[in-house]
Amino acid sequence: MNLSNIGNLFIPIVVFTIVIIAIIKKVNVYDEFVEGAKEGLGMGISIFPYLIGMIFGINILLKSEILNHLFIFLKPIFDFIKIPVEVLPMAIIRPISGNASFAVMIDIIKNYGVDSYLGRIVSVMQGATDTTIYVISLYFGSIGIKNIRYALKAGLFADFITLIMSIVLVSIFFHG
Amino acid sequence: MINKIWASFIIIGILYSFLTGNIDTINQEIIDCGKTSLDLFLAMFPMMILWSGIMNIAKKAGILEWLSYRMRPLFRIIFPEIEENDETLGYIASNLTINMLGIHNASTPFGLKAMKCMQEKNKHKNKATRSMITFLVLNTSGVTLLATDIIAVRAMYGSKNPTDLIFITIIATLINTVLALIMDRILWKADQKHESK
Repeated sequence: MNLSNIGNLFIPIVVFTIVIIAIIKKVNVYDEFVEGAKEGLGMGISIFPYLIGMIFGINILLKSEILNHLFIFLKPIFDFIKIPVEVLPMAIIRPISGNASFAVMIDIIKNYGVDSYLGRIVSVMQGATDTTIYVISLYFGSIGIKNIRYALKAGLFADFITLIMSIVLVSIFFHG
Repeated sequence: MINKIWASFIIIGILYSFLTGNIDTINQEIIDCGKTSLDLFLAMFPMMILWSGIMNIAKKAGILEWLSYRMRPLFRIIFPEIEENDETLGYIASNLTINMLGIHNASTPFGLKAMKCMQEKNKHKNKATRSMITFLVLNTSGVTLLATDIIAVRAMYGSKNPTDLIFITIIATLINTVLALIMDRILWKADQKHESK
């Protein structure tokens, strides 16, 4: 049994445990489920405008190809400091869109090989961080916060660290 | 801030594709965007309702309370402004636990609920609180111990050992989370100074 199967096992175990414990504690499980689900319904509807707004803005930027063109332009600089320029699209897109960065990851894996230096770096980058701008707009949007103070700075800082760490760690552990 | 980012995405995107003669793609994108969003929403929406229901059972059975009690020593350091018996900590604990296993659709309802609880105690409804930002930092830095989707992709593309990145992904996520929390604290202190002036 490999580790991805453990992941698949987790959800059923969680659901099973919650229901068993609730029954032991004499909770009316079905009534409480429906009660909570009603709340989830409202929550889901309230986030849809934020979802459509973000996807609209993000896709216009991505489809304009400006990012891709920028990378070609920056390649000589990156070659000079010995950072593979191919990870740059990933680094910029990762905080903006999880789906788009997933596509970039697959693209790099297809082109360079799954066990290649680049393939490993983008896999770690995809796994070790979450989509900053998406999470911020969704979470703050859902409760009507307008002034997010220093949240974006802190989130992007985490993404930057992930970029550095993924290059450093893959270099040390696999291509040292 | 989000206003400026959103506007710059749209302005840069439209302007650039106009200049490069690519405006048809953007036109198509504007037409398609509604469907793209709806598809994503349809994938998320039933999951959110389902997990909100399960979350409510867990809450009534005292499981959330138990989980936040377990994580109390850690929360005391990370969220000094949330009181120890606050139910918010239960939602935060569940959100983080599920995130660690890489099941993001399931963790979102817990996260949104935690934000809602924090907002109820917020004195300035438009402005993010310190705890909210710390919580978001934990979410965006993505404390993922088992990136199941990555393992699946690596297996699909014929990796010799699809799970061999788990260890360094965990190291990377731990380091970026700790550093991001430190950064969060530094930015908060700077913000305090700025406000007291």
